[in-house]
Amino acid sequence: MTQQIRSHSIDMSSVLQGKDAAQQPTETCIKVENLNLFYGEKQALHGINMEMQKKKVTAYIGPSGCGKSTLLRCINRMNDLVDSAKIEGKILLDGDNIYDKSVNVAALRRRVGMVFQKPNPFPKSIFENVAYGLRIQGVNDKRVLEETVEHALRGAALWDEMKDRLNDNALGMSGGQQQRLVIARAIAIEPEVLLLDEPASALDPISTLKIEELINELKEKYTIVIVTHNMQQAARVSDYTAFMYMGELIEIGTTSELFTNPSKKQTEDYITGRYG
Amino acid sequence: MIRLWFKSGAPWIWLNAAAVSLSLIMVVGVLGLVIGRGVGHFWPHQVSQFSYQELNKQPQIIIGEKVETSITPAAMAKSTGYVMADNEDTLVQYLIKTGNRDVTGTDFRWIQERNIKAHSEPADMIVIERREWGNFYGQLVEVKENGATIASGEQAWQVLQTKIDETLAIFKEITHIEKKEVGAINYGLERLRLKQRKLELKNAFDDLAKQDIATEKAAFEAEYKQYQVKLTGLYQKLRSDSLVAKTESGSVLAIPLAKVVRVFQPNTMSLLDKILHYANKVVEFLTDDPREANTEGGIFPAIFGTVMMVMMMSVIVTPFGVIAAVYLREYAKQGFTTRLIRIAVNNLAGVPSVVYGVFGLGFFVYILGGNIDQLFFPESSPAPVFGTPGLLWASITLALLTLPVVIVSTEEGLARIPSSIREGSLALGATKLETLWLTVLPMASPAMMTGLILAVARAAGEVAPLMLVGVVKLAPTLPLDGNFPFLHLDRKFMHLGFHIYDVGFQSPNVEAARPLVYATALLLVLVIIGLNLAAIVIRNNLREKYRALEG
Repeated sequence: MTQQIRSHSIDMSSVLQGKDAAQQPTETCIKVENLNLFYGEKQALHGINMEMQKKKVTAYIGPSGCGKSTLLRCINRMNDLVDSAKIEGKILLDGDNIYDKSVNVAALRRRVGMVFQKPNPFPKSIFENVAYGLRIQGVNDKRVLEETVEHALRGAALWDEMKDRLNDNALGMSGGQQQRLVIARAIAIEPEVLLLDEPASALDPISTLKIEELINELKEKYTIVIVTHNMQQAARVSDYTAFMYMGELIEIGTTSELFTNPSKKQTEDYITGRYG
Repeated sequence: MIRLWFKSGAPWIWLNAAAVSLSLIMVVGVLGLVIGRGVGHFWPHQVSQFSYQELNKQPQIIIGEKVETSITPAAMAKSTGYVMADNEDTLVQYLIKTGNRDVTGTDFRWIQERNIKAHSEPADMIVIERREWGNFYGQLVEVKENGATIASGEQAWQVLQTKIDETLAIFKEITHIEKKEVGAINYGLERLRLKQRKLELKNAFDDLAKQDIATEKAAFEAEYKQYQVKLTGLYQKLRSDSLVAKTESGSVLAIPLAKVVRVFQPNTMSLLDKILHYANKVVEFLTDDPREANTEGGIFPAIFGTVMMVMMMSVIVTPFGVIAAVYLREYAKQGFTTRLIRIAVNNLAGVPSVVYGVFGLGFFVYILGGNIDQLFFPESSPAPVFGTPGLLWASITLALLTLPVVIVSTEEGLARIPSSIREGSLALGATKLETLWLTVLPMASPAMMTGLILAVARAAGEVAPLMLVGVVKLAPTLPLDGNFPFLHLDRKFMHLGFHIYDVGFQSPNVEAARPLVYATALLLVLVIIGLNLAAIVIRNNLREKYRALEG
């Protein structure tokens, strides 16, 4: 455990050992086509084209303000909440454009779950937090709820810690526990895609490690897209990495390739720490 | 030196502290005055007997309670026309409550200390609280039953005690029958009359209906006859006893026991007796109906009316205010129009309350109520049902008055909910409505309660608009009783705030009623504190439950 925490300061190549995701056969899950996004007059995303593979972890890296969170929030249409945001282009989820007029946004968000930078549990009990997504779908059968909550909490590696405290207020948990609770809440409704927006940036190293271990387990079942500031984290958890700069996608590739042999000068400058 | 002191900031702190202490002193002063003047009213005071002789006049006996002392410097007394001897520095006068209004025409008189020849507190002085003519002070002579003396002298007092208890029990029974049973019969008869009138208006008053109503009416009347017989008997018993008492001037006065509420001998009472008497009077004050143009007895209808009206107002204003605030904050596109609406709402809070009263009378009572009467109650015309001031219109008028407070604090509560919570809910596939109902509104509920607390505080103390839209000096029935439909929104009601004004300034015997003003004011403050405390407890529980994310 401590070994891995120290790896923040260790050379990248040791972290990347054993990353051979590119060898396995893959299937496209999300496809972004010519995506432009404007906040009022200002353009925040410029003609993004990329693909994300099913049941793989794709990481977005780049300096602050480069548009990685904005791009992530496009995938479950969270930017709809921003009045000034205007979006052009397409995002295809399993081949269907999510920006099509006929799409039910609530239903889309059930398929594409999201976890935010700061843990945001509801001021309810732990049980009710996890059951929230099911309740709004009209599930009220106590047995079903209990099973799902247990399953989700196990999935988020929280069950053993929390099984006796299910009726406690979620706000009494530690930050790391809260973030895992939020992940449990997201996976309780069994989405296809999980969007993680800097999920560990507000947490201490041990909690960060737990979240990273969790991501490794979750990719067996879900397609994961993660935004991170931390390049070591991207290297540790992701199969693919996309580097963004000033609202543009500079480069996307398998994580080992991008970190060891980047094709663009900008990427190399960034990952070697020359800027950003 | 001084400059250094100013620079140190100490004067500023002193100024701050002074402002706080000044406010505290004012609050304590208000409460102190109200408590001091109001609480003592129910204590049994000693009854004094004075031998009194004014200059060049016949000596006389004065019996009563000393209420107030006034000391005037000789010079000032002289200038207002008193004859002062050279060796007198001050003129000391006492205000004596002499009671016996039926005999002397006044309840109070001022006497000068220098004219008092002798002063004693005889043990056999009795105070009689009566249903008419205020208190009686004097000495008991005898007790009579059906005109014949049954006890006099020493044993009269003992006999009187038992007789009074009997009479009070009968009186209570009569009141109960008249108010409850006969009241219900009258209410039923009135409903029958309205039913008949309604059928007549519809031209549907055929023989069958006529028969129905006649049978029901007969049943009511038979029941009424029964009670009437019972009542006649009770009244006869009630009126049979009387007491004879001697006044200060030596004349005797017969007082029927039916007119007596309470008799006591304050000069012989022990401390325990006095405490019991005090508790008894306080309970009467809190639970009884008023007597003698509100200057005696209890104020229960006013307490009930105040609480009822505030609760009705809360029930009306909360949903309205919350819904308006939710639209303004969550759905309306923020811009010039919403700003304009907010300004308008805030200004509504500054409109003088009597203007709301005028609006309530003109719009709610006459226009709305008048039309409701025409549409739904044509049978009771020309007597209005809702087209006259009443509980409903008073509650609605006050709800309108307090609406801005609820809107503003609910809006603030909604604005304080972190967007991360809303996003978290939306990201789980909740619609905006579900997010609002399941997370945002529960989390904003403490803020709504804060709004309600402010609204209650304002509404409970309001008097001016109520005088126009529903409050009366004396309401014969409570707005809530055992007759269907139990809650009578059309009825007029009594209110503590108005009661203070009425007792203090509109009653025929202002001097006697003044302590009651303070007692009622104290009670109004307590009722408002009680209502607020209830709301605050609820809010704090909600706050604990929905403690928002820190930071």
